[in-house]
Amino acid sequence: MTLSSYDRPASYIGASVPRPNALRLLQGRGRFVDDKVLPRMVHAVFVRSPHAHARILFIDTAAARALPGVVAIYDGADMAKVITPWVGVLTHLSGMRSPPQPALAHGVTHWQGEPVVMVIAQSRALAEDAAALVDVDYDPLPAVCDMEAALAPDAPRIHPQLDSNLCWERKIEVGAVDAAFADPSATVVERRFLFGRHTGVSLEPRSVIGDYDPSEDRLTMHYSGQAPHMMQSVLSRHLGVPEARVRVVAEDVGGSFGIKIHTYGDEIAALAASKLLRRPVKFVADRLESFLSDIHARDHRITARAALDADGRLTAVEIDDVTGIGPYSVYPRSSGIEGNQVVNLIGAPYDLGAYRARLRVVFQNKTPMCQYRAVGHPIAMAVMEGLMDDLAAASGRDPADLRRINLRRDDSYPSASPQGLRFADLSHQACLEKLLVLMDYDALKAERDALRARGIHRGIGLVSMVEVTNPSPMFYGAGGAPIAAQDGATARLDASGAVHVSNSVTEQGQGTETILAQITADVMGVHLRDVHVTTGDTATVPYGGGTWASRGAGIGGEAMFQAARALRAQVLEVAGVILQAKPETLTLAGGQVVDTAGGAIRISLRDLARTVYYRGNELPSGLRPELIATRHYRVTDYPFVFTNGAMASYVEVDPETGIVTLLGHWVVEDVGTILNEKLVDEQIRGGVVQGIGAALFEECVYSDDGQLQNATMADYLVPMAAEMPDMVIAHVCTPTHTSELGAKGAGEAGTAGAPGAVMNAVNDALRPLGAATLSQMPMTPERILHALGTAR
Amino acid sequence: MSGSVTITLRLNGEDVTATVPARESLVDFVRERMGLTGSHVGCAHGVCGACTVRVDGLSVRGCLMLAAQADGASVDTVEGLTDSGAMADLQDAFHRHNAVQCGFCTPGMLVTATELLDRGGPVPDRAAIRDHISGNYCRCTGYQAIVDAIQHVAIARAAAKEDAA
Amino acid sequence: MKTNAFAYHRAASVEEALGLYAAAGEDARYLAGGQSLMAALNFRLDEPSALIDVSRIAVLRGIAINSATIRIGAMTRHAEVAADAGLAAHVPLISQAIRHVAHPAIRNRGTFGGSVALADPAAEMPACVLALGGVIEIAGPAGLRRVAADDFFLGLYETALQPGDLLTAVDLPVPPPGTHHGFAELARRRGDYAMAGLCLMIAPDRASARVVYFGISDRPVRARAAEAAIVAGAAPAEVAALATDGVDVFGDINAAETTKRHYAAILLRRELERLDAGKDQAA
Repeated sequence: MTLSSYDRPASYIGASVPRPNALRLLQGRGRFVDDKVLPRMVHAVFVRSPHAHARILFIDTAAARALPGVVAIYDGADMAKVITPWVGVLTHLSGMRSPPQPALAHGVTHWQGEPVVMVIAQSRALAEDAAALVDVDYDPLPAVCDMEAALAPDAPRIHPQLDSNLCWERKIEVGAVDAAFADPSATVVERRFLFGRHTGVSLEPRSVIGDYDPSEDRLTMHYSGQAPHMMQSVLSRHLGVPEARVRVVAEDVGGSFGIKIHTYGDEIAALAASKLLRRPVKFVADRLESFLSDIHARDHRITARAALDADGRLTAVEIDDVTGIGPYSVYPRSSGIEGNQVVNLIGAPYDLGAYRARLRVVFQNKTPMCQYRAVGHPIAMAVMEGLMDDLAAASGRDPADLRRINLRRDDSYPSASPQGLRFADLSHQACLEKLLVLMDYDALKAERDALRARGIHRGIGLVSMVEVTNPSPMFYGAGGAPIAAQDGATARLDASGAVHVSNSVTEQGQGTETILAQITADVMGVHLRDVHVTTGDTATVPYGGGTWASRGAGIGGEAMFQAARALRAQVLEVAGVILQAKPETLTLAGGQVVDTAGGAIRISLRDLARTVYYRGNELPSGLRPELIATRHYRVTDYPFVFTNGAMASYVEVDPETGIVTLLGHWVVEDVGTILNEKLVDEQIRGGVVQGIGAALFEECVYSDDGQLQNATMADYLVPMAAEMPDMVIAHVCTPTHTSELGAKGAGEAGTAGAPGAVMNAVNDALRPLGAATLSQMPMTPERILHALGTAR
Repeated sequence: MSGSVTITLRLNGEDVTATVPARESLVDFVRERMGLTGSHVGCAHGVCGACTVRVDGLSVRGCLMLAAQADGASVDTVEGLTDSGAMADLQDAFHRHNAVQCGFCTPGMLVTATELLDRGGPVPDRAAIRDHISGNYCRCTGYQAIVDAIQHVAIARAAAKEDAA
Repeated sequence: MKTNAFAYHRAASVEEALGLYAAAGEDARYLAGGQSLMAALNFRLDEPSALIDVSRIAVLRGIAINSATIRIGAMTRHAEVAADAGLAAHVPLISQAIRHVAHPAIRNRGTFGGSVALADPAAEMPACVLALGGVIEIAGPAGLRRVAADDFFLGLYETALQPGDLLTAVDLPVPPPGTHHGFAELARRRGDYAMAGLCLMIAPDRASARVVYFGISDRPVRARAAEAAIVAGAAPAEVAALATDGVDVFGDINAAETTKRHYAAILLRRELERLDAGKDQAA
């Protein structure tokens, strides 16, 4: 391994330092939105529709208003006067349509849980007492609760102004698909996959405080979320406050995973209430309404087939994906991206010549659906990797061998997929080989086979995968959404020699602020504790996109790197003048300016700063010292920067009970330059467990008439510690050439690959028993029993 | 008025008297009335563990207990357990192992883990640790780093006891 | 999810508790451990006018063991049940089952009597009481009465408790030496309510058997056909084939009726095989 400038002593880039901003969280000194109390603050509670689809006939709030402690009550008509509706479409998803969506249901309510009436009171408890007294008269309408039924020509139309319940359709056709499947020497497999709808269940629920100051026409949103500048734009557009007078500030965020990056009517209504009441209004979703109103995700029905030639090479893949969203496409990112990623990413790791896909995104009278961690990837990887295992079984090949034959060669870049995705700097082959060694594939297979003979059923599931990270403006901005794809960082030296940085990417616990500090400390040659980071406040940070699509390290980090280097250059320029030396002969280390050759200390950063700030008289009049630098960065060469990885799951299935025990999980992930390996590995682990939730536990269960049946933490099953395996993580490192740091994103890869790996492992375990292939997630014990033909 | 209750308790070592609505939960009492926002509310039905505090030395769901029931009790929250140093080694281990990400589950997780570690006895294995924290939901970490941190402290404390013996 | 507004009273004695209930009316609720009640209140599934806290009533606490009977006071916390050496020695069924009840923080507050009184169909303690042939002591306006477990669990969350009754203790006969006991449950995750659970008590020499299922019906239920087959000396697979004969089984979100019947049979067969192999669950 060649040494780089990163390998200097006390180099922070690449070091697994603990997070400085975790200390306050460990001591209970976090500042989450619900921890904040503002003067005269009141509380919002929502009366929500109990029906999947209904006309609102009458709202009687008299009894509620009479309750002591009630401050105000607003309905959809009230909110329509102060909040403009929004439309969640992206122009570059051609043909997508969605009607304007009001903040509170107005006239008609379209999903169980939609907010209908907002009650504001002195406390949450009093507001709930009052909400219980609000009487809403509904006339239930036919509800469309099955995505395929919704597409039937005679299905009731959710939106009468549209000609069907179709939100968006996309077709892709590349290469000789039919010929590949018709080839008599081809091995063809087909499967119908069902992916259950689920939801994010961030432990901190959605939380907001709206604080409107009428004296200056300023609105502050205390925000638990990922994209403050986007929200600033949204609030301005829809509440009529000039954008420059909207401040969005995120402090500690208790998990988001994409849930808190969308526009929610209840939050906007609470902000509008602050404007109307001229005092702070707090809304914190409780767990019941989180299940009902946080965006849901996944929910696909996919028919997929793949063809393999006699040499074991993939020749074609075809998929049909129907995905059921809610009654609106969610604003501003649209509910089409999930399905779009599915059809875009199927087959991405492989050299694939022919591909056909049809995507239909369908409105339903269910909770709105939108981007949630790994958007579309879990589906795409599970489908393709499931087909790969089917092909391996059908053609008598080992699953690892089949992947070896078909994975893009590590020296084949740049290249492009049939869908037009462009790849560079990937390492599928190296990751697979490293994975097989890491898990001792041959030994595991031998163990599995030996135990099978004793009636113990274990299985191994492999996944090769890609992950979209570091998106360029092509992702959203090009489609008209107020979502920045560039980010900015400022670095400045204060009078004590400490470095203050601000950055437009945000922190939700993944370690954003830590890596920004590491980059800065490394470049500026200071101790990590002398770097102070500000994020999440539109009033003080540069303009940017926030954290999503695994862009924090790659884009925010790159901007930070550039800004820190610019500050460093400024410091050295001033040092050169003060010291009468050439800046090229000086460097920074340990908070000092030192000679590059020999390391003699020349002046401390503190003294240099104090000279500039206090004793400018000592400096030549022609010198204009700046000790602050701002740089912005965006990805230009590619629409996204892909990462790649390989993953394996090892499970044991009890065929009598259908219960799956997770014995092991391995991941080899290439995220390019690693800024802090511990943070990356823990992101991967957390993501894997979320993916395991999808594979085995999580599902929003709906009745036929659109009622969510399991809206509690006891009934919606999230992964808990006792069932989770230890996970072994390793890396291959192929830096991206789109930036100087070479860092790609890492936050979503675990979630992308784990569901497919576990599904493949379960099917591997059950195959010798003649079980039907499991193609539905979550793979509940009962579904496993049914696949085995038991207990029908 | 019987809808209110006057309670006296020892909160983080400090005597507190307050008159509270009967329906006020213990976690709402500590958060909103006493300003101790370190304990969090994640579900309000006792399943997620974010509200776990210590009452008379035992871990308890603050959302399933009324403040009224804490009359005469000794209540410790993460803030008090921090100030007393009772969890210092555990907090340090969490920090080093990156067992805290968003931090929302962390106070409840620490209180729960402390109960296991304070039991003493043989060093719990990983399965026993996972079992003990099986009622504390974390969405960020995937639990492994948390188990690592708790195991680290269990081993360290056992070794220190041996040295002292 | 905040509760409705209610009055709060603390009772110092059983008599006072009954009196407070009589004064407050049928919308009052006794508050013991609160682990189930407060969750229901937080969801506003129940909106009482008053809570009567019985946790300080001394006579409701404690575990007393003599040669014939184990008496568990209603306010005994699950954690105390779990830690009791006498129970572990004499009624290992309970000591084993209690480990499956929720999680440590819940067990620190939840009570034995509260669990039996609520009679959640998927709960472990009511099933244990039924399997042990316990007797439930109830204080009511008309005085104390005792109800055998076989007569106590009447339907979904329905027991022999009338409005205002306070469950004060459960008496369990000490199983004779040589009794085999078995406990097993299938749950999606540790601490979750069981998809299917089994409490098994077989008297020495198979003179009698009590097979109780929980999580499969609207209450803990005895599988009398299976009991008879065990006493008749049938092999595990034969007994399991009758596991839920005559038992009303109801499906739920985790498992349909047929799956639960299947689970019930599997659990019983496995427990009987384990006992036959001499691997009795030691105290």
